[in-house]
Amino acid sequence: MKILGFIIVCLTGGLLLYGTGELPAWGDPNSPASTHLSNHYIEQGIAETEVPNLVTAVLADYRSFDTMLETAVVFCAGLACFLLLRDYRPKKDHYYRHVPTGVMLHVKNSDRQIDVGREFEYMDKEWVPSDTIIKSVCRILIPFIQIYALYVVAHGDFSPGGGFQGGVTFGASLILLAISYNLKTLMKRVSEKFLGIFSAIGVLVFVGIGAIAMLLGGHFLDYAQYIPIFGEHHIRALGMLGVEIGVGFAVTAVMVVIYINIVSEGRHDEGL
Amino acid sequence: MNNYPALVVVAPLLGALFAGITAWVEDRFTFPIVLTSLGIGVAAAISNMALVLTSGTIQYKMAGWMPPMGIEYRIDTLNAMVMLLVSVIAFLNLAASYWNVRQETPDRAGSFYVMYLLFVVGLLGVVATGDLFNLYVMIEITSLSSYTMVALGDKNRAPLAALNYIFIGVIGASLYLLGVGYIYIKTGSLNMADVATMVPHMKESSSLLVAFILCIIGVWIKMALFPLHVWLPNAYAYAPVGFARIVAPLMTKVMVYAMVRLMISVFGMDYVFNTLDLAEGVVWMGTIAILAGGFMALSQKNLKKMLTYIIVCEIGYMVGGAWLGNELGMTGAILHILNDALMTFALFLAVGNMVYKLDRVDIADLQGLFGKMPWTMAGFVLAAFSIVGVPPTCGFFSKWYLILGAFEAGAYHFAAALLISSLICAVLFFKVFEVCFFEPMSDGHGDGHHGHDNAVAMAEAPASSLVVLAIVSVSLIAAGVYSGTIVDTVILPFLR
Amino acid sequence: MNELLSLIVAKYNYWLYIILMMIGLYAMITKNNLIKKLVGMNIFQTAIILFYVSIGYKRDATIPIIQGDAGHGAGEAVIRAADYINPLPHVLMLTAIVVSVATFGVALTLCVKVYQRYQTLEEDELRMRLSEK
Repeated sequence: MKILGFIIVCLTGGLLLYGTGELPAWGDPNSPASTHLSNHYIEQGIAETEVPNLVTAVLADYRSFDTMLETAVVFCAGLACFLLLRDYRPKKDHYYRHVPTGVMLHVKNSDRQIDVGREFEYMDKEWVPSDTIIKSVCRILIPFIQIYALYVVAHGDFSPGGGFQGGVTFGASLILLAISYNLKTLMKRVSEKFLGIFSAIGVLVFVGIGAIAMLLGGHFLDYAQYIPIFGEHHIRALGMLGVEIGVGFAVTAVMVVIYINIVSEGRHDEGL
Repeated sequence: MNNYPALVVVAPLLGALFAGITAWVEDRFTFPIVLTSLGIGVAAAISNMALVLTSGTIQYKMAGWMPPMGIEYRIDTLNAMVMLLVSVIAFLNLAASYWNVRQETPDRAGSFYVMYLLFVVGLLGVVATGDLFNLYVMIEITSLSSYTMVALGDKNRAPLAALNYIFIGVIGASLYLLGVGYIYIKTGSLNMADVATMVPHMKESSSLLVAFILCIIGVWIKMALFPLHVWLPNAYAYAPVGFARIVAPLMTKVMVYAMVRLMISVFGMDYVFNTLDLAEGVVWMGTIAILAGGFMALSQKNLKKMLTYIIVCEIGYMVGGAWLGNELGMTGAILHILNDALMTFALFLAVGNMVYKLDRVDIADLQGLFGKMPWTMAGFVLAAFSIVGVPPTCGFFSKWYLILGAFEAGAYHFAAALLISSLICAVLFFKVFEVCFFEPMSDGHGDGHHGHDNAVAMAEAPASSLVVLAIVSVSLIAAGVYSGTIVDTVILPFLR
Repeated sequence: MNELLSLIVAKYNYWLYIILMMIGLYAMITKNNLIKKLVGMNIFQTAIILFYVSIGYKRDATIPIIQGDAGHGAGEAVIRAADYINPLPHVLMLTAIVVSVATFGVALTLCVKVYQRYQTLEEDELRMRLSEK
């Protein structure tokens, strides 16, 4: 097997090296890739779309159809993790901790459950003592991370950023909550039903903006059709913002869904 | 402003998203929404086909930007035909597999349908697009949803089969992406029509040759050409029935369409056959694929795996036919896309009914099926005749074009392989018919023999799948009888 | 010899990515553990992303965000294409990164399922367990 792998690797590498003979040198400003299409994007981009960040302009306007499908890929991945791993069977044994005395109880029969309140605390099977420093620092940081994520989404037009980047940051803040506390704390705040619907709504915003443009008489995803409603000023930038918000929603929800399902093996009870 | 090209892709996508919401909120509406959105897709595909047949190639600019700045959809007759085929098969399969899905994934049927629609969106996008990178994204949507749905099948073996499918599928898609990267470096454009104008100026370039090879090998991996087919038998045999019925007819054929599109509309027949010297080698590869698929099918004991090896064999027909280099061969290959999709769909419909009733389809378990499931077996027999190539079913006509093309190109080995494979398929299917014809012995499994000697209890599949099987069987014959019309109105205008 | 050296120096980005890609491909084919194969797959896809991003570079150019009077057109200044690097490969690779992350997520999910069923992730053990079923 190793020899076969080595042969395949050598053949493929040789083929690719043979192909680099005619490729332009690195950093050459006159190569076809740097002159044919990209000249139009750089020179006309801001005049046509009124958005300085050219990457966002190309992503959300010129090639917005690709981005829509990419968001659908993200949605598909979240749905896949849910579909494959979700396990609704109840757990067999439960662990509780009596808070005043610190005694751990292991209840093997799943029918009898203790009421969790001030005296008893529900425990994970691999319980780690909670660390005050981590909990406090994360609790303070998470809102700031979320504000930063919203900033990244909103300023995708002017600085590096956009829907994907901001969505991942927002999702990371929620995962930070799950890591620093425990999974049940996160699940209390964002239930899986909310996440599922939220991810679908994110992609729906994107496809909806395109479909309504079609209904208004233009091509799919043609932002110029919204001029009668929103006015001529910055219509493409507004369309791009709406689209990026949809992308941010979808990516946030899917990041958290993937994390929850993989880390708890589908049971949604305990995690890292 | 007609938006049919976009509507064919957008309607299932919207349906998937709405169904994704109702699957969480109110599960009763999921199946009607899914069925309606696919119905709208089928209607749009029919209107699209009618429009292309009357007014010629449609050019649809996504987001209103002129190509090559933006993405465009170029719909000509070939596109429109394959889009119609994909939409119709997806719609029929949805109706036919309702009970199968309820049996195999009862608690997640809603999410299954959402993933199904995303798969169909991916397939339709691969067919409709006119942009090289958009093709990659569509291939990835198709692949991702198919990885997931394959893993939902047989609990013991499906996850591992899906993992192997992921590894090989990712290599294929990444090689295609690398090829697109080389094309972009050399030409600076990602639009298929734009690249086609620049290829004649750089015929001697080694980078363009490597780009072509990478793109074609990537697509070959995705369509399971021998010897790159190792993922296919396990993945399709262990997939759930509701999904195997759509992936087996459609996914590999849509990749064959992608190969034909790359050969004809991006690089051009002139570059592929006159400048490069690979055509003979590829026809030999097609021949070996046909023979290998046929012989491997002979040794299988499980009916589903046997059919997947027949798929490998059929891909050999199409690849060999497309690379013969003459119009007859290409016509045969394109006609075979249509015919093979219908035949494989009919076969898997019948097999799915058997799985629904019997739960296992090892060939030894199929005794007495002619009595127990007469309508299913009638459809199965008709599809088997079509694969062997008996007139007037459609399989005969595409084989006829392929053989004529092989004789004209002097590739007698390919013609011989076609005839040998017909023989092998006949042997395979008659082996199955023989087992199905006789009743089980009275000792042992006495279930079908309690007291009645001449009347066996009929245990037929639900009516929805039988109706769809009847529709597809009729279409097999119709596609055969009208194949001349199809060639004249759809394929020849594309090739000229 | 001299021209070979200048060839390598001028195009070293291509050589680098090819070596990286082959390392990833080798890991995918020959390693025994499923997670190591996944890591190899990730390296393979990352090398392709590097290749694309290296296409867009222009010497002495800055990032593709139009400087100057932002948001209301570039004013009177003329935008020269040689001042900004090519935005298109970055856009394409945003898509490719997202796709690779999605595939990685699904593949990890499947590894979890395989482990739940067979309690092992080594491929030779899995093959043995499957063949004896």
